[in-house]
Amino acid sequence: MRGILLIVRRSLRQHLFSTTITVLSIALASGLTMSVFSIQSQSREAFTGGDLGFDAVVGARGSQLQLVLNTVFHLETSPGNIPWTLYTELRDKYPGVELAIPYATGDNYMGNRIVGSTPEIFTKFEYKKGRKYAILEGGRPFDEGYAEAVIGSVVSEQTGLKLGDTFNPFHGIYFDPNARHPEEYTVVGIMDTTNTPSDRVIWIPIEGIFRMTGHVLRGTGEQFTADAVAAIPDAHKEVSAVMLKLKSPQVGWQLDQMINKQGKVATLAHPIGTVMLDLFNKVGWVNRILELVAYLVVFVSAAAITASIYNTINERKREFAILRALGARRRTVFSAIVVESACIAALGSLCGFVCYGAILLVAAQVVRQQTGVVLNATTLHPSLYLTPLGMVLLGALSGVIPAIRAYSTDVAENLAPHS
Amino acid sequence: MNLLEIEQLRKGFRAPTGEQTLIVDIPAFTMTPGQHVALRGASGSGKTTFLNLIAGILKPDQGQIRLEGRDIAALSESQRDSIRANSFGYVFQTFNLLQGYTALENVTLGMMFGKGSDRAYAEQLLHKVGLADRMHYRPRQLSVGQQQRVAVARALANHPKLVLADEPTGNLDPVHAREALRLIREICAESGAALLLVSHDEGVLEQFDSCTDFLGLNRAFTGGAGG
Ligand SMILES: Nc1ncnc2c1ncn2[C@@H]1O[C@H](COP(=O)(O)OP(=O)(O)O)[C@@H](O)[C@H]1O
Ligand SMILES: [Mg+2]
Repeated sequence: MRGILLIVRRSLRQHLFSTTITVLSIALASGLTMSVFSIQSQSREAFTGGDLGFDAVVGARGSQLQLVLNTVFHLETSPGNIPWTLYTELRDKYPGVELAIPYATGDNYMGNRIVGSTPEIFTKFEYKKGRKYAILEGGRPFDEGYAEAVIGSVVSEQTGLKLGDTFNPFHGIYFDPNARHPEEYTVVGIMDTTNTPSDRVIWIPIEGIFRMTGHVLRGTGEQFTADAVAAIPDAHKEVSAVMLKLKSPQVGWQLDQMINKQGKVATLAHPIGTVMLDLFNKVGWVNRILELVAYLVVFVSAAAITASIYNTINERKREFAILRALGARRRTVFSAIVVESACIAALGSLCGFVCYGAILLVAAQVVRQQTGVVLNATTLHPSLYLTPLGMVLLGALSGVIPAIRAYSTDVAENLAPHS
Repeated sequence: MNLLEIEQLRKGFRAPTGEQTLIVDIPAFTMTPGQHVALRGASGSGKTTFLNLIAGILKPDQGQIRLEGRDIAALSESQRDSIRANSFGYVFQTFNLLQGYTALENVTLGMMFGKGSDRAYAEQLLHKVGLADRMHYRPRQLSVGQQQRVAVARALANHPKLVLADEPTGNLDPVHAREALRLIREICAESGAALLLVSHDEGVLEQFDSCTDFLGLNRAFTGGAGG
């Protein structure tokens, strides 16, 4: 065995260039494979599993998926509005509803979504079991009567807004420099990082959305523009969605009956995880394609091992003959080649972790900017050990064909010098 | 007891034209332990083939090759490999050093397939052949004479009972040839190994007390082969 290891070490060094290239291609393949599986499982977990803090969302009549994407993940445009009275009804008349929080969207600041809500989002809502949104030292929740804002950590990073800074909201979900609202908001709090989509949100009092210049309320079906001083009658108010925390899943099924089956104004998305799971199952083919690409790269890199070692066999026939003349057996020479290709795969897999780290770093950055969801490279996924393991096995397998050639080297013929 | 006993040894090759030609046909040949034997033979007379048969690299068509009473010819290939790893040393005309390896590694590889590597002994051997300060040099960084001395050290690394030397001085100038031969004989004598040397170089052969004509031994080329 020591003989085999010495032979392998020397060969790897003698063919340093092709060794390096093959190791790099293995690294890429294994890094890519680990990334595809890890990102897939982490994003699935982040979007469908786990605790979102809410059990259901009520919004405009339409797609449940759009409703969930819009309210829970702050993606896509709002499908429309529902009357404020539906919110108060849900809040006050259903004992099964533990917490109802209204959401009003429609504005942004530099592309960061502005969500109008009630201070309950800070005082009562738990985004994970036992965890409320925390506001960093020096800040506080907004006061409902003032033009105040609390910004998420990603917003603070991206816009550079600090405590006490003021800004003007822009109309629409996407940033349009011409759509600037004249109202000026003051940052009174910066949220601690939650690693959830809320990190990308600017929270303001819901009243602020109602009163924003140019906003029209259609709670009664007729257009209504808020008066600067007078209170807005509840009947005119409308919200994009109401987030619900329920006392039990049964309440959800009851609401489903009432809102989705019998009602005509609104849509209830419940349970949120199931709605998202539907999405993941619908886009499952994208994942299959990514997996296929990863496997293809793995296959090509394994073929690269075979080719690079196969090419060295001819020039090494004399070496094999000499080793055999020194007493090495055929199977020793065979093993040396298989071990060599397994070693290349092992080295590649090792470097693959660097590759994986780099891919995840970039992916995590993009995903966090786009969704607020944080991917973690160190989250243990079975692919993180199965891939290197499979790679080494595949590497050993890739060595078999060259090894057979080495195995069948004729000793007497190759001991003599050849031109 | 004899170290080596050969009886009715025959080996032929299929020539490119397709016909079978007999290359080695030796009715009898023996060596005693520690004996030094030189065989004189012209190029193409089957010397290398003969040594390869003894070393178990080639399998004879017929006959017996007994090393300490055990018939090598009847053994499987891996058994012959193992005997070669443990009982034979081989010195080649072209040295056949492994290019990617240092002098020391070449010598230790000479033991790794047998009883196992013994670095101290490898160093001692390189010392003995005068390469104490060249242990970590690669073959390309050594002169031809030095390369052959590494090869000699390697051949003795596994404590062989028999050292086979195939025109070991063929690539050396007369002065170095004489020196290398003296070294081989000395080191074989010291370790008690028998030496079977084949050559066509009279300058080498005259250093042995007696010298056998290979053509007298091998009937394949003298027309004496029966049938
Ligand atoms: N594998 C082989 N196939 C066919 N002919 C061979 C083979 N090996 C050796 N020979 C022939 O056997 C003869 C003796 O070769 P060899 O033993 O190398 O002679 P020497 O070492 O005495 O010069 C040569 O004529 C050579 O062509
Ligand atoms: Mg020869």
